[in-house]
Amino acid sequence: MVNAGDMNGSGNLMDFLDEPFPDVGTYEDFHTIDWLREKSRDTDRHRKITSKSKESIWEFIKSLLDAWSGWVVMLLIGLLAGTLAGVIDLAVDWMTDLKEGVCLSAFWYSHEQCCWTSNETTFDDRDKCPQWQKWSELLVSQSEGASAYILNYFLYIMWALCFAFLAVSLVRVFAPYACGSGIPEIKTILSGFIIRGYLGKWTLLIKTVTLVLVVSSGLSLGKEGPLVHVACCCGNFFSSLFSKYSKNEGKRREVLSAAAAAGVSVAFGAPIGGVLFSLEEVSYYFPLKTLWRSFFAALVAAFTLRSINPFGNSRLVLFYVEYHTPWYMAELFPFILLGVFGGLWGTLFIQCNIAWCRRRKTTRLGKYPVLEVIVITAITAIIAYPNPYTRRSTSELISELFNDCGALESSQLCDYINDPNMTRPVDDIPDRPAGPGVYSAMWQLALALVFKIVITIFTFGMKIPSGLFIPSMAVGAMAGRMVGIGVEQLAYHHHDWIIFRNWCRPGADCVTPGLYAMVGAAACLGGVTRMTVSLVVIMFELTGGLEYIVPLMAAAVTSKWVADAFGKEGIYEAHIHLNGYPFLDVKDEFTHRTLATDVMRPRRGEAPLSVLTQDSMTVEDVETLIKETDYNGFPVVVSKDSERLIGFAQRRELILAIKNARQRQDGVVSNSIVYFTEDPPELPPNSPHPLKLRRILNLSPFTVTDHTPMETVVDIFRKLGLRQCLVTRSGRLLGIITKKDVLRHMAQMANQDPESIMFN
Amino acid sequence: LFLQTPRMFAQSSQNSVSPVLLLVLLGCVLCPPAQASKSSEDIRCKCICPPYRNISGHIYNKNVSQKDCNCLHVVEPMPVPGNDVEAYCLLCECKYEERSTTTIKVIIIIYLSVVGALLLYMAFLVLVDPLIRKPDPYTQALHNEEDSEDTRSLATVPTLAGARANTVLERVEGAQQRWKRQVQEQRKTVFDRHKMLS
Repeated sequence: MVNAGDMNGSGNLMDFLDEPFPDVGTYEDFHTIDWLREKSRDTDRHRKITSKSKESIWEFIKSLLDAWSGWVVMLLIGLLAGTLAGVIDLAVDWMTDLKEGVCLSAFWYSHEQCCWTSNETTFDDRDKCPQWQKWSELLVSQSEGASAYILNYFLYIMWALCFAFLAVSLVRVFAPYACGSGIPEIKTILSGFIIRGYLGKWTLLIKTVTLVLVVSSGLSLGKEGPLVHVACCCGNFFSSLFSKYSKNEGKRREVLSAAAAAGVSVAFGAPIGGVLFSLEEVSYYFPLKTLWRSFFAALVAAFTLRSINPFGNSRLVLFYVEYHTPWYMAELFPFILLGVFGGLWGTLFIQCNIAWCRRRKTTRLGKYPVLEVIVITAITAIIAYPNPYTRRSTSELISELFNDCGALESSQLCDYINDPNMTRPVDDIPDRPAGPGVYSAMWQLALALVFKIVITIFTFGMKIPSGLFIPSMAVGAMAGRMVGIGVEQLAYHHHDWIIFRNWCRPGADCVTPGLYAMVGAAACLGGVTRMTVSLVVIMFELTGGLEYIVPLMAAAVTSKWVADAFGKEGIYEAHIHLNGYPFLDVKDEFTHRTLATDVMRPRRGEAPLSVLTQDSMTVEDVETLIKETDYNGFPVVVSKDSERLIGFAQRRELILAIKNARQRQDGVVSNSIVYFTEDPPELPPNSPHPLKLRRILNLSPFTVTDHTPMETVVDIFRKLGLRQCLVTRSGRLLGIITKKDVLRHMAQMANQDPESIMFN
Repeated sequence: LFLQTPRMFAQSSQNSVSPVLLLVLLGCVLCPPAQASKSSEDIRCKCICPPYRNISGHIYNKNVSQKDCNCLHVVEPMPVPGNDVEAYCLLCECKYEERSTTTIKVIIIIYLSVVGALLLYMAFLVLVDPLIRKPDPYTQALHNEEDSEDTRSLATVPTLAGARANTVLERVEGAQQRWKRQVQEQRKTVFDRHKMLS
């Protein structure tokens, strides 16, 4: 194996006098970048700046600015991501309430804001105030009764359809890349793939605008995944302002990793969780320098969001909880049960969703994206309206489920039978028997749970921005709350059983159903995404307390074990496989005993390898070779007889160099000899001017011998980010292994369809 | 000239509309939180007191500062006699809340104007543009070329058939054509061939 040395063999000074070729070093769409080359170009750039900085004060200042540009980019990303998240939160708040009514004093107020200053709220009807009117009150001046209900129902469905139709039209007309969650594609981009336009300005604008619309339309999706995409678009936008990042794809990906951390940070109000999420789930190469910068970006984003203050109480997330009631060891058993439920649900969701998405990809269902969105929205709205737990937005539902019932709550879920002589303070209410409201709430929650489980399978993956975190957390929270209420009532009515006797005396506040909801949410989210550390950190940053780390970890670990028993892939990896992205996962292990010769191209019976020779091909030969094949690069050998390897030349650079030479250099015609050596070869007199292309030749391509085990080859590809690797024996070139070949081989070994790896 | 104006407006705002909009959004949104003065509408102390003995539950709102946000200052008139006040106040929960009405108003209005502008532009692109634009041979050739897949590999630099665009209008029109081609390519990848994003 040859180590990477200096890239272009620039030991000869004369090379610098050659004309630089334009556009050398940029990549084509849907290709993989060359990580080693990007790294070496950055080192060159840095060395040049450092050496020039000793010349004058101005150069020194320029070198300082270059060093600080990274931090400036992070600051800008944090500001913009926080601002956009604040805008999204406020707009969603308003538009969700728009489906039900409107504020007469100022139409831009949501329900809660409208009734903020009103003095006419009572304890029982603390949501009602005269300035906020439902549509039925506004249109037909009736607020109760069957006709009012039907009118409200109808208008709810109409608004939901209107928002969803607008969203899918905007996506279709302006930015088709704005659909979906974005995280699988960002994972692939960060591993070195180029998708032009995926992180563009129009995608950013449309994703922000349509995210508000689809969340407000009541569909069963969340905004966290799309917020990561939005933050990465911001990262891409700001990195294009600085040449240090715009010209170097490897450095740009460092900025994108940090931007992803900022995105999760504003989605959950969890800066540390955001950095860990970026580290664990999204990023491919995460140098330690990026850790500190990601943290900075996440903090700036969280701070910006806090200063916009979308929820009116300086909290970053709608479902922040603040209780600190202790939990008991015996409760670990229901927590582990919730973990098992989370793992099972995760597996079920992944299998069903992938099957449905595959059907959408391959059958006629995929030809009607707009119609599909409208039908799913209509079904969601029609079924969601009657149940009060699905009628409101999912974030509000999760917030209600997470919060513990004090004496002040008036919702049905908290309809406990209160002791009229009770004089305990608000956060120490003992366990109480459930009233009739709680039983009906349990029925409604069960129906809502089944509905959410089914509808999310069809919603995730449609041609609108859709996230997965909030629906999973809602499913888990509903299941958890039901289990929690069950355990609470069991403890109240049977406090003399052995398991309860030690820790749950009558008159004590022992069971907190809100905690069960949180643990359930963590379990379901872990089962679907297979997050580990980042999940626990996000959940504990949401709750603001370290007391609940052990239950959260127990549930997360259990759900990951149960889910991994059925399938190794999380939802994002499953979508990557479904779409055939060339993503070489670092978490996969390759344990087969194949050798490099089993995977290399050309195989036995195939056409021999297309190579360029050192100095015996003409310009016309090279052009014919390029036109007839579509390989990304060609090895350069000494001659066709002795196939000793000299180097590797990229297709794009060959095309550009030949085109340039034909236009600019005198005497270069189709019969000119192309040479890759230092000195031109011996030519007969009257032959046309030869063309020197040594500049574009990579003199240190990676090579392995034919008996190298594939385990090592896969490791090399993963760790170094190679695109291709040449196979030699005793110095003679035998074949080539590309990243796509490696992926196909891995798929074949895992008994999957090797032809499903697409893209070049 | 009347027909040209909407076209010019649309085209001149083509590639620059989104970054300019973003910057305007950033500016307008970051300004309101910087305002130091708070109107009386924007702060309140909210005390929720549950039912106690024979007194029904009640919610009390008052515009007081954070240090005065407790049961004694806010709950007026006190429904229980003097010796019961402490027990009653123990049950009440008081929270200080503040909001910024200007931020909410500005953000919602900006958002609605962005959506309105996008709607208008979408209507223009879908309905009006195909009628105005005369199909010229360059775009026709490009359409035919696009349908075959192998243009991508060899199309390094698309050469313009004809003179280089010099005036601002032609350059902007070129930019809009490029953008439309890009979006069409994206639409084909995502919606038609289902190659990406399932």
